[in-house]
Parts: sequence; structure tokens; C-alpha cells
Amino acid sequence: MALLTCENLTLGYDGKSVVSKLSFSVKEGDYLCIVGENGSGKSTLIKTLIGLIQPLEGKIITQDGFGKNEIGYLPQRTDVQKDFPASVREIVLSGCLGRAIRPFYTKEDKALAAGNMERLGILSLEHKSFKELSGGQQQRVLLARALCATKKLLLLDEPVAGLDPKAVSQFYSLIEMLNIEDKITVIMISHDISSCLGFASHIFHIGSAKPLFFGSKRDYIQSEVGKAYQSFAGGGD
Amino acid sequence: MTEIFDKIVLYFQYPFVRYAMIVGVLIALCSSLLGVTLVLKRFSFIGDGLSHVAFGAVSVAAVLNLSNEMLLVTPVTIFFAILLLRTGRNAKIKGDAMIAMLSVGALAIGYLLMHIFKTSSNLAGDVCSTLFGSTSILTLSKSDVYLCAALSVAVLIVFVVFYNKIFAVTFDEDFARATGLNANTYNLIIAIIIAIIIVLAMNLVGSLLISALIIFPALSAMRLFNGFKSVTICAGILSVVCTAFGILISILAETPVGATIVAADIVAFAICCLSGFILTRR
Repeated sequence: MALLTCENLTLGYDGKSVVSKLSFSVKEGDYLCIVGENGSGKSTLIKTLIGLIQPLEGKIITQDGFGKNEIGYLPQRTDVQKDFPASVREIVLSGCLGRAIRPFYTKEDKALAAGNMERLGILSLEHKSFKELSGGQQQRVLLARALCATKKLLLLDEPVAGLDPKAVSQFYSLIEMLNIEDKITVIMISHDISSCLGFASHIFHIGSAKPLFFGSKRDYIQSEVGKAYQSFAGGGD
Repeated sequence: MTEIFDKIVLYFQYPFVRYAMIVGVLIALCSSLLGVTLVLKRFSFIGDGLSHVAFGAVSVAAVLNLSNEMLLVTPVTIFFAILLLRTGRNAKIKGDAMIAMLSVGALAIGYLLMHIFKTSSNLAGDVCSTLFGSTSILTLSKSDVYLCAALSVAVLIVFVVFYNKIFAVTFDEDFARATGLNANTYNLIIAIIIAIIIVLAMNLVGSLLISALIIFPALSAMRLFNGFKSVTICAGILSVVCTAFGILISILAETPVGATIVAADIVAFAICCLSGFILTRR
């Protein structure tokens, strides 16, 4: 059974639909890229998947024993965070909060946070302030926080937006490592289709307010939509 | 120097000075802790807006001749705090405009009511003391002190228990929701605590200067520290020290308490800015 299945979703705010008839599923270990232009409803889809808004129609089915709050979410960085006084450690630890009602962090939480920081190579930045880090380092901190919240599914919202090319390729390699070595399922929202074609196992392409393609990467490259997009974007790989 | 010290010792033999000190320090501590969250959530002006709402409620209580005005002021302020913090995100009227509207509106209505239904001959004096707190902190009764202390301790306990969650909701509300934290509940808790602090702080500095008590320590601490915990602790200490100094100076120099405390906060802010500047230059 798939980890997460979406059937015929219609999404929107206040009863007004933004995008409709979305159906797709992710199996454990998949690396799904959701691509589409601005305004196609990608962000709305992410918000629905993490439960910030409810779908207007259709349903989201999760595998038995997989709770919705076990999704590790990597949001886009916000303005508030640009001058927020918080240390790397404080931020990563806050990923552990979802799982219990107790007020303070346990030893396991701290070990989990330290482990994730080490895995992403930011343990040495532990006591640094978030706002002083480079964009690439900030994304790794937020990724470490997301890993504290999940062992199974990462949901990344435009994770490389605003990063320099070196940081972008480092970030993509990290995600690839987590996907292959740790078998973490990845759903990534992006408008950078050529890099998606490099890493993803599956592609979900949303056009303006309607789905255009869902399937494996190989099928996508052969499909009408994929071909059109590739020639438009100057070819993938 | 010993002369001043003797004078302080002498004053501390009066219970009303001790009461003022206890209440002042507790309120300063509570308001500064929450202040960090408010400043970071871009709600610096909520203190201003809510304190004017509280002023309006005080006027209504005065007109109705209520014996204990706190009973009306507290629920009204809590109601508007919830309204402001909840509608902050998707409201038709945006958060800052909403706060400005409430703030001016409540102030005007409050003054209007007090003017129409004059209860005392000294209207200007009444308004002035409600707005600037003038001497009410020096006229606290024992039961006022107990109530104030109990509420402050409650606020402190709630803050410590929910500290990690308040951090998560402040830093990244969407992520907090995604991991299953009930962000609405925590925003509600924050709103209620803020309303309580504002009602308490009205005794101390009056409704006009409450914002200063909330914002200054947080901003000062942010010049010096970079972690959430260190900023929060530093803000608390700064606020307590400034308030204690402010009360002492106002007693010795016979200046208005509220304004003196805020002046002390401003001096502390200037010092923090300067040392922050020197530290980063090094």
C-alpha cells in the first residue's frame, strides 16, 4: 500500500477552488517532484498535505500507522526568520515537539537532534545564531528540524529558492542521500524541472489549475507534457 | 551616597514602597518575557492597542460605578486580545490597521464617556492617572498585591511550561502546525497572558506606557544576544533591573513612576545598542 494517496482532490480557500482533480500517490522510498508554474496550486497542495487547510473535495489516505503529523515539513524561509534570535540547536530541537504533550525535551529528543545535525554537517554550528548563517546552512538547519519530526516522509517546499548554485547542488545531494541511504520518502515542490529530472523517481506536473501528468520519470520524459516542457526549458538530461 | 542609601532604607520601612517594588518587579518580568514573542511575531503594537482598550473599559467601569473595575476590564481586554491575535492572518482588515483602529477608537470612546458622565470634578486628573499610571502603584492595598502576585506567578508558570511550544509557534507557525502542534491553542494562551499582563501593568505605568514595558527589554536584549533563550532571560533581567531603578528614582526624586521606569528602559536600550555595536565591530 502507498504511504500517501490523494484521490481526486479539489483544493482552495474559503470554498473557492484553486486547483481540482488531483490524484497521485507516493510509495515508500519514492522521490516525487511536484512541478508547475507559479499560481498552479503547488503551495495550496503542500498546505493541504500538512493539514493547514482542508481539501474542498476528495480525500487523502495515509498508510496504516502513518500519522499526518509524522511528515517532516521544510517550509520556505519567512521574513520573520531573517532577524529572529534563535540558535541552531533551539530550532532543530523544536522539530521534536509534535510527538508528545510534555513541556520539556527529553534526552532522546536531544540525541535525535544532535544526530540529525551531525548527519547534515551542521553540528559545529550548534550554538550559532540562525540569522547569521548562509542560505544553504539555514536550509540544512530547517532540514535537520524536519528530520526530527519524521522518519518516513519529507515534504520540501521550493527548498533551493534563493540559494547560490554550489549550495543548491549540495542541498540536492543531501536529499538524495536521505532518500537512498535512509529510505526516506521525499515529496519536493519545485519549478526547477531540469534538476527534478536528475533526482526524482516520479513527477507530478500541475498545469494552470489542472493536473497534466503523474507517473515515473521515465514515462514523463517520453510524454507530450514532458517533451513540451523540456524543449521549452532548453532540455533536461 | 550613604545619605541616599539611608533614605532608601527609610522608605522601605513603609509597606506601600515594598508593595510597589514587589508588584513592579513581577509585572516587569512577565511583560518582558512575553514581549520577546510579541516583537518577533510583529505584534509590537498589540500592547498599545490593548492598553487603550483597557483604558476604555476602565472608563466604562468608572461610569457604571463598579466597585472592582478589574472584573470588567480583564474579560474585555482578554476578548480583544483574542480577536486581534486570531484575525492577524486572514482578516479582511489587516492586523496593524485593526490594532490602530481599536486603539484610537477605545481611547476616544473612553474619554468621551468619562467626559459625559463626569464622576469627579478632576476629570483631567483621572484621565491622566489612568493613562500615565501616576501614583496608583504607590496606593496598592495588600489584597491588590496578593492578586497581582498570584496572577504574575500564574503567568510565569504558564510561560515556563509552554516555553518550547511558544518558541515553535513564534518561529514558524506553519511548521508547528504541520508537526501536529495546535497553534491556535498556543496563540490563544499567548493572547490571554498578554491581556492579563496589560491589565496588571496598567497599575504600574498606566495604559499609555505599557508598550514600552513590553517592547524595550526585548529589543535591548536582541542587541546583545542571538539565541531565543538568552534573549528571553536577558530581557527579563533588564526589565526587572530597570523597573527597580525606575521605582527607586521616582521615589527619591519624586518623579512620576511610569514615566521614570520607561526612561530607565530607554537608557538601558541605548547602552545595549552601544555595546552590541562595539561587540560586533570587534
